[in-house]
Amino acid sequence: MNDAGELIRVEGVSFRYGSIPVLEEVSFSVAPGDFIAVLGPNGSGKTTLVKLILGLLRPTAGRLTLMGKPVEQFTAWSQIGYVPQKATSIDPLFPASVREVVTMALLPGGLAPGHRKKEEDRAVELALERVGMAEFRNRPIGSLSGGQQQRVFIARAIVNAPRLLFLDEPTAGVDAATQGLFYEMLHMLNQAQKITIILVTHDIGIVNRHVTKVACLNQKLVFHGSHADFCRSEAFKTMLQSGHLVSHMH
Amino acid sequence: MELFFNYGFFQRALLAGLFVAVACAVLGLFLVLRRDAMIGHGLSHVTFGGVALGLFLNILPLAAALAVAVIASLAIMRLREKAGLHGDTAIGIFSSVGMALGIVLATLAGRFNADLLSYLFGDILAIDWLEVGLSTALAVVVIGAVLGNCRGLMYLTFDREAARASGVKTARLDVLLAVLTSVTVVMGMKAVGILLVAALLVIPAGAGLLLAANFRQALVFSSLVASLSVVLGLLAAFYLDLPAAATVVIISFLLFGVTYVLRRKRLS
Repeated sequence: MNDAGELIRVEGVSFRYGSIPVLEEVSFSVAPGDFIAVLGPNGSGKTTLVKLILGLLRPTAGRLTLMGKPVEQFTAWSQIGYVPQKATSIDPLFPASVREVVTMALLPGGLAPGHRKKEEDRAVELALERVGMAEFRNRPIGSLSGGQQQRVFIARAIVNAPRLLFLDEPTAGVDAATQGLFYEMLHMLNQAQKITIILVTHDIGIVNRHVTKVACLNQKLVFHGSHADFCRSEAFKTMLQSGHLVSHMH
Repeated sequence: MELFFNYGFFQRALLAGLFVAVACAVLGLFLVLRRDAMIGHGLSHVTFGGVALGLFLNILPLAAALAVAVIASLAIMRLREKAGLHGDTAIGIFSSVGMALGIVLATLAGRFNADLLSYLFGDILAIDWLEVGLSTALAVVVIGAVLGNCRGLMYLTFDREAARASGVKTARLDVLLAVLTSVTVVMGMKAVGILLVAALLVIPAGAGLLLAANFRQALVFSSLVASLSVVLGLLAAFYLDLPAAATVVIISFLLFGVTYVLRRKRLS
């Protein structure tokens, strides 16, 4: 972590796909314990921003640091959990049990050196318990519902006890009742496990209940601050009126 | 039956066949799940071009074949990534060019003969102990490399983006898989024939996937189907006087049929 105690720092970041600008001059930071929603309409650059922070894309301009290190030099990936967009669009024939899916993230270096299989099993079991999926441990991943699969992917993302958790549109295609339980679980991970969460969504309902901060994107960063300030902001009114944000009140 | 197992040629065929079969099954599982099932078939055509290049340049055909197969597999990978082509298109381009190159070079070398064709169809019952040793050693390397990187390969195959964000060296594993596939095709070429290697990369993996409830089971079932295909295929070839490699492929297909019926029964 850097001197200011920031987990993420984004400074003047721009990104283009060929000649098409996706992000322009975006700057903000994330502090430990934040539960931040990255909001914006489709095509506003939300997913691109997450991929830039994770080093999956390279910015055309600007600088990104993760826990005080430039992202291209960052190596402590076990401290990062990531659930990509459309994670549930998996191959239904992929022969993996729930336990195997979670274990995938326990790569060498993921746990303390010299760890044994017992420790790995314990870490997997704990992660599954935290997302309420322990009883499904031996079920094939393809046999679960979309909401259950998302919980398993979150278990995989938290199995290394990360400090930062990124979720990209995690409730797309999940029914409203399951979404409510899902966000309660994220709230618990943020509050009880002290995991800093960066949630990409266009669902304004979640903002009202759980998040501590909002970063609103539309190619540029149009708002960054507390959710209370966001709800009073022009950016919020504009987004809501234009129909770019949806509201599922949980 | 006991008499049959006492024959030296059968012992050599069985040993080489089993090791190559298990290597193909373990590797093939990842190729099938990555929807790269046809890469073995494509590389076998490229390998034919490599053998012809070896004969044309008067260097060891297997060495030339290995070099050409590795270059082609990496080129297929790069073409897919950089040119945005679908995998089967890139494989189709290289396999047809490899075969065409092989025919042209073999004709120019004046050695388009039974020896060259033996690389295509193999003759598992005629391999010597040196070839058995080479095939077995390479198979052990392939199996060890795949199992040693199993978790990373599995994560990469299941969810490439999440794997990258978890620090998995995805580009390195892609290269590893491409090189291992090339080695497998080439090692199997002389010993059991290109036809058998390409089939063993796909059919046992497909059968294993039909039965498995988890990844561990998929590895075990695929390896069992591959091994059983070799044993039953060699026995059938011996007693029915059939070509060994082709018989092994047909047996593996019959076993695939059995797993298909078992899966249908389980689902109903």
